[in-house]
Amino acid sequence: MGIHLYRIDDRLIHGQVVVGWGQPLNARFLILVDDLVASSDWEKELYRMAVPPEMDIYFADVATAVRDHARYAADPRPGILIAGDTESMHRLAKGVKAIGSVNLGGIHHRAGRTERLRYVFLTPAEEQQLRELEASGVEVTAQDVPSARAVPLAEVLEGQSK
Amino acid sequence: MSNSGESESNKARAIVIGHGDFSAGLVSAVDQICGMAGRLVGLSMMGLTPEDIETAIRAELARTGAHVIFTDLPAGSATLAARRIVKEDASMVLVSGVNLATLLDFVFNTAVSPSEAARSAAERGKASLIVVERS
Repeated sequence: MGIHLYRIDDRLIHGQVVVGWGQPLNARFLILVDDLVASSDWEKELYRMAVPPEMDIYFADVATAVRDHARYAADPRPGILIAGDTESMHRLAKGVKAIGSVNLGGIHHRAGRTERLRYVFLTPAEEQQLRELEASGVEVTAQDVPSARAVPLAEVLEGQSK
Repeated sequence: MSNSGESESNKARAIVIGHGDFSAGLVSAVDQICGMAGRLVGLSMMGLTPEDIETAIRAELARTGAHVIFTDLPAGSATLAARRIVKEDASMVLVSGVNLATLLDFVFNTAVSPSEAARSAAERGKASLIVVERS
């Protein structure tokens, strides 16, 4: 079993993750990889309360996630790993060679970002990180919910406001 | 993005926020049933970052003077944003898992404080979930 989905989503734990992906994957644990959340007891409690009782949630900063990845991956239950931004996933994938694919689930509008899909907005630096991720052998696709088509990174980056 | 009434008798007392058009649908349903949609402000969080969701809720709370936030999913981004607001302001009340029965109870219950009305409405909403099966 182990980690079935590696997702970049700036909303971190929310409906699409817990219900939209969590139910069809039968996810039984979540790993929230975020340096800020991992350093705050209040933030951890906030996200812990958002998770249904049948799911465990683990919090890790990127360095801890790199260190503990083998343990997460060996878990007999299906799980989902979520990072809040491309930079965190880029750092994680640099330290963990076992990541085969990354899902762009939600990177919303912010100053300096350009719309690539309805739910994916990227700065040039974020685009570069995703290109590097793919160049390292990680398949990068955008797909907000399981029923949507997985859009390859090249297609995501092709144009604006698709 | 929002709809609200401004007259004193129909002043907005709560924000309703959720996924997709959830809040607009619920507020519209309240209006169809009792014409009291003005007591609610519907917000959508479509396309918003977590920070933008929180900003939008705070802006509507400040504009209307409402002290109650209704959200759809306990695990939703709106609920997380509302929790941050409630943490800072003890006068705010959050009810997650809102349904139509909850809102109908709330808009009619103007004799008590908004927080008391929210608690009562939550109980009504829970009680409205029933399972009917042919025996």
